[in-house]
Formats: sequence, C-alpha cells, structure tokens
Amino acid sequence: MNPWALGGVVLIAVGTFGLAVWGSRGARTTSDFLLARRMVGVERNAAAIAGEYLSAASFLGIAGLLLKDGIEALWYPIGYTAGYLLLLLFVAAPLRRSGAYTLPDFAQVRLDSGRVRTLATVLVVLIGWLYLVPQLQAAGVTLATVTGISYAGGIVLVAIVVLTGVLSGGMHVVTLVQAFQYGVKLFAIAVPVFVLFFVFLGDDAQHRRGLDQPTSPVFERATTVHIETDVRLRVTSPVWVKVLSGPGPERLSGPVRQDEPTGGTVYLAPGMHSVSADSELRFPAGSTVPVVDDAEPNNRAWLSPQDGDSYELFETYSLILSTFLGTMGLPHVLVRFYTNPTGRSARRTTLVVLGLLGLFYLFPTVLGVLSRFYVPQLLVSGETDAAVLLLPTAMLQGWPGELVGAITAAGAFAAFLSTSSGLVMSVSGVLFTDLLPGKLSNFRLVALGSCILPAALAVIAIGRDISQSVGLAFAMAASTFFPLLVLGIWWRGLTAVGATSGLVVGGGLVLLAVFLGAFLGDGYGWWSAVLLQPAAFTVPLAFAVTVLVSKLTARRVPENTGRVMLRMHTPDRLGFTRDRSAEHHAAEQDSPATVPSRSNGRHRLRRGRRRR
Amino acid sequence: MTSSRTSASQQRPPRRKRVVLADRRGERRVPRTIIELEDQSSMGEAMVRGLVRAQLRTSLLLAGISVLVLGGLPMLLRWVPLLSEIRLWNIPLPWLVLGVLPFPFILLIGYAATRAAERHEREFAELVQR
Repeated sequence: MNPWALGGVVLIAVGTFGLAVWGSRGARTTSDFLLARRMVGVERNAAAIAGEYLSAASFLGIAGLLLKDGIEALWYPIGYTAGYLLLLLFVAAPLRRSGAYTLPDFAQVRLDSGRVRTLATVLVVLIGWLYLVPQLQAAGVTLATVTGISYAGGIVLVAIVVLTGVLSGGMHVVTLVQAFQYGVKLFAIAVPVFVLFFVFLGDDAQHRRGLDQPTSPVFERATTVHIETDVRLRVTSPVWVKVLSGPGPERLSGPVRQDEPTGGTVYLAPGMHSVSADSELRFPAGSTVPVVDDAEPNNRAWLSPQDGDSYELFETYSLILSTFLGTMGLPHVLVRFYTNPTGRSARRTTLVVLGLLGLFYLFPTVLGVLSRFYVPQLLVSGETDAAVLLLPTAMLQGWPGELVGAITAAGAFAAFLSTSSGLVMSVSGVLFTDLLPGKLSNFRLVALGSCILPAALAVIAIGRDISQSVGLAFAMAASTFFPLLVLGIWWRGLTAVGATSGLVVGGGLVLLAVFLGAFLGDGYGWWSAVLLQPAAFTVPLAFAVTVLVSKLTARRVPENTGRVMLRMHTPDRLGFTRDRSAEHHAAEQDSPATVPSRSNGRHRLRRGRRRR
Repeated sequence: MTSSRTSASQQRPPRRKRVVLADRRGERRVPRTIIELEDQSSMGEAMVRGLVRAQLRTSLLLAGISVLVLGGLPMLLRWVPLLSEIRLWNIPLPWLVLGVLPFPFILLIGYAATRAAERHEREFAELVQR
C-alpha cells in the first residue's frame, strides 16, 4: 500500500467533484446554458471529448498489452486515434447538423422508424455495458493495487463513486470537468514517462541490450509473485522456484521435480505449467521469467513484427477494422458532439481531438517498454494491466517512486472515473427516454440498474485484459452502427428494413462470437483469433446485408430522405440545420451536455414545482 | 385568410429568416435559391446531390490513402524483415513507425479533410448565393 497514491486518488475525486459543483453553480437558467454553449471554444470542447474518451484501456491497458504482446499492441492506440479520423471524414459535421442527440435519435430522424430506434437503443445499452465492464475491472485493479483492498471491493467502491457523481448531476454537465480530466491524464502519463525514462538512461547499459536477445526477460533481483487467478505459465528455460504458500505449480507438459530437502522448492522444466490462485512464488535473482500462456516469452519476437503465425496478422487487421470503424458507434462519443454549435465547429473540434489523442498516445508506449525490464513479475501473475501503476515504485526507491506512483494512480482513477460516468450517463439516458420516461426517480432507478449490472459482470469476469474486452465493444459498435451511420449519412437508398437487418446480423454475430469465446475459453489458432477479433468478418457482412436488403426494399425509402440529406450536408450558414430538440422539447436546450432525458426529467420536476 | 396569416406570423415570425440572410451581402436572389433547395425542386435536389458527391469523393479519397498507408504497415513490416534491422537513435525502426509516425499522419489527413470539406461548403454557398 502506498499512502501517496491513496492521496492522489482522493485528490482527483475531490477535485473533480469540486470543479463540477463550481462549474455548474453559475449556470442555472436556460439562457446561461445557451450562452455557455456558444462560448465553449473548439479547443475546450475537444479537450472534453478527449478527456471522456481516454479510458482505462488507454491509460493502463495499452502499456499492459505492450508488456505482454510487444509491438503488435501498438495498433490499439493507432486504432483508437484513427477512429476519430473516420468520424471526422464521414460523420462529424452531418451528424451534428442532423440535430440527432444519440444514435437512436439519428435512426429516428433519418429513417422515421420506431422499430429501428428501439433496436438502436438495445444496441447502445449493450455496447455501453461491454465498454463499462472493463472500465470497472480496471478500477478494481487500480484500487486493489493502490490501497490493498480486494478486487471486488474496489469495483463496488468505484461503482458507488460513479453513481453518486451521475445522480448528483454535476458530473457530466460541465464541459470544463471533462476538459480538466484530459489535462490530468496527460500530466499523469507524461510526467512519469519523463522521470522514468531518465532513470532508465542512468541505469546500467545491460538493460538496453537485453531486448535484442532471443531469450525471456530475467528477474533483476529475487522477486516474490502473488498469483490472484489461475494461470498457465510457459517456461522457456528451466527455473528453480520456491513456493511460499498455496498449491504451487503443477505440470501440464514437461517434468516437475519436487526437491524435498530444501522444502517447497520446485524445479520448472521447459514446457507448460499451471499455477492455481492464491499461490505465492519466489524467484531467485537472475532466473528467467515464466510468462502467462498468451504473452510473448521471447524478447526478440516481442521486439520485432516478423514472428508469429498468420492468424496473428489476421488479428491485427481485424483489430484495425474494429477500432477504426467502431469509435463512431460508441454511445458516449456521439453525445459530446452535440455541444458544438454548428457542423463546421464539430469538424474542427474533431481535428483538435486527433491532435490531443495523438499527443497522449505517445506516452503509454514508453511505459509499456520500460515495464518489460522492470516489472516482469506481472507476466507471471498475468496482471499486466497494473504495469503503469507498479512501474514507478519498481524503478525508483523511496519517496520519489511513491510520488510518481501516486501521479499514475491518480491518472488511472481519472481515466475510469470520466469514462465510466460518461457511459453510465449516456446508457441510462437512452434507457430512460425509451424505456421508463417520466419522473426523475425513474432516472435514478435506471442509472442504478445500468451501473449495478456491469459492476456484477466485472466482479465475475476477472482476469480478462482491459484492452481486449474494450476491443469487443469496438467490434460490436463497428458491426452495427458504422453501417447505419455511414450509409444513413451518405446514401439515399437506405431503408428501415435494411438498417434493421444490418443491425441484427452485425450485432448477432458479434454476440455469438463473445459467447462462443466465453464457452470455449482461451486458445490458439484461427478459431480463437476469429472469436476474439470478429470484426473482419462481421463488419463487411453487416454492411453488405444493409445495402442488399435496402436495395430489395427500395420502394420503402423514407419520404423525408431528401429533406434530411439537405439538412445534413448544406453549410451551416444557409440555415437549414434545425435542432431536433429545439423542435420537440424546448427543455432539452437548457443543458446541451446532458443526455436529453435527464434535463427532461429535471424540466418536469421544475414544472411540477412551479405548479405548486 | 387574414386571421390565419396573423396567427402564422405570430408563431413563426418571418423576421428570423431575414436576420439570417442579413449576414450575407447577397440580395434579392438569395431567397429564391434557398427556396428552391427548401422545396426540393429538381434543381435544388441536383445541387445537394452534387455537394454530397463532392464531399463523399474527398472523404473516400482521404480514407483510402490512410487505409492504404496504415493498413499496409502490418504487411510491410512482416514481409520486409530488413526494416527491423534499421535503428534510429538506437530504437528499432518498426517501433518508431508504429509508435510515433501514425499520429502526425492522422492529424495531417484530418487537416486536409477539414480544409477540403470547408472548401466544398464554401463553393456550395457561393453557388446558392450567385
């Protein structure tokens, strides 16, 4: 336990809440909000979008995957950024001009169909939850690492904090808070990178040579590893290990020799071994590191992109496809675009977002590489997501290490706080409008539900990589909303039936892959690659089905298509843009940054009070 | 007839439209083209189609370039091992190519896209106001 880190986490929580309260203090009336909305500049808006988008998967997950998989993991940050490029190219300005607030809104505006709207609602909730589970898992890992409470306890604690923030309302309203979160995250990743990199340069030169060799990483000093979940280890060169507690390693292939006199010391021969949960192993200094079976054991293969089977290339392409095309379908991403006053500013905001994300993503790479040298024990326990958190104390002794560790812990906390409250907010907002409209108490109920379920799932689904589960959410978004958005914006021939079939086929196939993957477990080869990264099949298929069925039902193209196209594509200054919310509920105007339903509820509450 | 007109003008004052147009220096002809667009006459429809096509062409072109460049990297790095032997400042080339270069490249494409899209919109607005 690191008291500095605990202080950092508390500081972030207090700072965020304080800023939210302070920021929403001045803006009470409708005109205040409208004025604020026009004054929010492109830069601040972009910082807010980036602040909400940079999740635990970015802050912790990328470095963790780098530690494990090596250079292939660099495609995650590239994809997370390029997703916004495609958003800029095909979606940002027209979507803003359509006046749609959420994806179900867009489906309704464009296709004038209640059924597509309902389906889109279901999918938004599903994607939101798929994305929320890994965020909460990361929260569990972070708090367990920082404070020493149990993993499940950490998840419950964070769920409570997020829920409090969402229910008290201030959290998501203020663009300022999210923009602040971007600053926190950038600071919390950049400072440790600079400090630790200079520590690394000052260290022995032998570190820097080690990566070229076709050998496994080596423990610098004697290291004790606590194993939380069952793992399967691959041993490349024999190693002596002392079992301090728990059942210890068991042979899967290759011999294990128990050495009686030394008491609990086990000889691990090359091959596969399994270690069950709650074991504590001590490795002597200089011994090679056994790695969990899905990690890259060989430093040279880790460093260079040539090695690996052909299905790994498929995985890479599938990952590229899902992250490039999936970003536009994430529920909390689109809501933010509504804060821009015009389509043109939406486009410019996205451009700034590209810069901000690119800047941030330069840093996790360095931490991922350093963790291969300094915290190889995470390769034994499989908890690679904790790399960013443990690296500072592993590299720096005493209080400097703890201080830098506090900074990364605070950044990680900011990462899952902003993303998960944004997700809970948009998911419960969508659920509220379409499922239980009405009183504010219903919104509370919905928010509670949309937080508890993912929290429960996160407690059960321990041990999956954050970035990988996030990858499934991206695959889902890419296979469902990418065809709907892109065809809806650029193709007049889209029909409601076509859109429905595309959503059903794309969403259904990804769900099938998730369930099959869960039942069959982790494995190797083509099957597991397809199930883990299904996007390369599901996205083209969903796209083709949408086009084909739309062509077959060409007579049922919505009548107002021409009008919607006119509204989405003509320049803002000609004045065709009309906010849907302005037409239908004047109340929604008063807080553009909240989900409509919420202000709706608030509006009703206010009206009720007035009547009294 | 008069009563319906007054109620209509109370609900939606025509003044608002004039305020928007006052921004532009274009005079009498402006409303006619805008009305063409609004009514979706064949000419207005053709203009919008032209704009959409122009925007889509640029977007597809830029998306194509970025997909070719970024999508080509996994293949290139995999099949040309020579690239992995090159080092700059003691860092293997593939790490620089994947860890640093994509981000300015994406930003550059985004900048080009913004410029092009705004140019198309300007041309369209000028066409409408001619």
